[in-house]
Amino acid sequence: MQADPKGVLTGIHFMDGDHAACEGALAAGCRFVAGYPITPSTEIVERFAARIPTVGGVFIQMEDELAASIAIQGGAWGGKKVMSVSSGPGISLMMEHLGYAFITETPSVWVNVQRGGPSTGLPTQPAQADMMQAKWGSHGDFEVIALAPNSPQECFDLMITAFNLTETWRVPVMFMMDEVVGHMTERVEIPPPEKIEVVDRKWTTKKPGEYKPFETTPEDPVPFMTKAGDGHRIHVTGLTHDERGYPAMTVPAQDKLVKRLVYKIRDNADKIVDVREDGVEGADVIVVSYGITSRVAMAAVEQARAKGIKVGHLRMVICWPFPAKRIKELAKKVKAFVVPEINLGQMVLEVERHVAGVAKVLHVGHAGGTVHEPDVILEKIMEAVR
Amino acid sequence: MAKTEIRVGGLGGQGVILCASIIGKCASIYEGKHATLIQAFGPEARGSACSAQVTVSEDEIGYPYVKNPDILVLMSQDAYTQFIPQLKPGGLVLYEEELVSIDGKLPKGAKAVGIPATRFAEELGRRLVLNIVMVGFFAGATNLVSWESVEKAVKSSVPKGTEDLNLKALKKGYDYGKEQAGN
Repeated sequence: MQADPKGVLTGIHFMDGDHAACEGALAAGCRFVAGYPITPSTEIVERFAARIPTVGGVFIQMEDELAASIAIQGGAWGGKKVMSVSSGPGISLMMEHLGYAFITETPSVWVNVQRGGPSTGLPTQPAQADMMQAKWGSHGDFEVIALAPNSPQECFDLMITAFNLTETWRVPVMFMMDEVVGHMTERVEIPPPEKIEVVDRKWTTKKPGEYKPFETTPEDPVPFMTKAGDGHRIHVTGLTHDERGYPAMTVPAQDKLVKRLVYKIRDNADKIVDVREDGVEGADVIVVSYGITSRVAMAAVEQARAKGIKVGHLRMVICWPFPAKRIKELAKKVKAFVVPEINLGQMVLEVERHVAGVAKVLHVGHAGGTVHEPDVILEKIMEAVR
Repeated sequence: MAKTEIRVGGLGGQGVILCASIIGKCASIYEGKHATLIQAFGPEARGSACSAQVTVSEDEIGYPYVKNPDILVLMSQDAYTQFIPQLKPGGLVLYEEELVSIDGKLPKGAKAVGIPATRFAEELGRRLVLNIVMVGFFAGATNLVSWESVEKAVKSSVPKGTEDLNLKALKKGYDYGKEQAGN
């Protein structure tokens, strides 16, 4: 369906990534945000709070991140498209409720404008060191979807994708920005609403009494949803539950529910994965990157090409699910992968796991606080072809 | 011109960020180039150091920071002291001449052009438009962006009702820049 024109600020803007992410959420139909401001994500909720009264919706500044991360789930079960926004320390506090969103299959977008950690770390400076937290931070088995924009334009565009994915798969979606992307200002083009495709919630058409909120079929592992007040009697719990949503704390119920939560994503990873490739065919080395680092990597790749090195670039627009199949295919064709990221070794572990020794994997780590120098990535590319 | 890197520096309250933002907006929206603005992000307040980085390029911009600017736009002595060592040889310094004195050596081949921008702003009636005088000065002295584009960028960036004053400030800086730089 098309975007609701009320939320779409059509035009060409010179806008920072935080504001563009907010506009993406509004265009996608987000009408409820609960948050607790934290640098470098504050501008997102600040703008949402300013814009939402004219669009029609609610922003609540909660007492803390625990409250914010559960309030949005109330909002979702009340029928709205929802988002919460934070950074490192706040995201850590949200982890329990993130798990609640997984087990209750509550559509929700969770923005993490990454800053240097651990703990309070570097509030005003970038990192990409929460990539594994996005995947494993909450307890229990689940599969997350995580996107990594590299520009203000993508903060807008991919935010719409994030909302569409959370509604399609009923899994919380992590929107993994970083301080540089959030605070960088560039041209952002917002199209007219009729050019923006948004996915509506998967509403049930069943009558009260016939509807089971967690009922699925082998062909379709994503249950239909209702909202409070529509007349369906529903029960939503963080306990392991049956198709009716009632607690069912047995081994078979756990097996059925948790496998479905995991395999609805794993079995459909090919439909979700999004990589952008540049010159990977015939390359000796492939740089694998994401987020802000993909832009710095692009500069290094161009320098390497100018030296006559056959180097390709694979950029993960979506980091989770990981593009395992594509990395495995490419591993057979190249000498090495070079993986720059602003952390001391996270997504590189996944590259190594899928390359499985078939090619070399060289990491270009950075403890955070700024982006890589392109020269550092270039040196690693040179080392990889030697 | 493949890529031009610019650093704008001054004090909080002078409109440093807006000055840089209008230059970036002008290049990216009205001139069809790529532009990336990064503003110093920290506990800045009115009267303390404040700066912004703008990269303008015909091609996509990868590395987002400005390390060695081609052009410095300076509105305080501290900004001069801090950023002059980073200027590229052959670079250009555009400075507020009553707030900055060029008291040391410039890099090889570099040129410095001054403007009494605060005084011009005061003569126009509001000291606040100093940053817009500097935007005009930048456009006139560098030819990096056209008058038509910069005029549109200012109109769409300043508060409603202040357009006339800001455009006067822009023109003042622009004409002075053209004259001083011999463009």
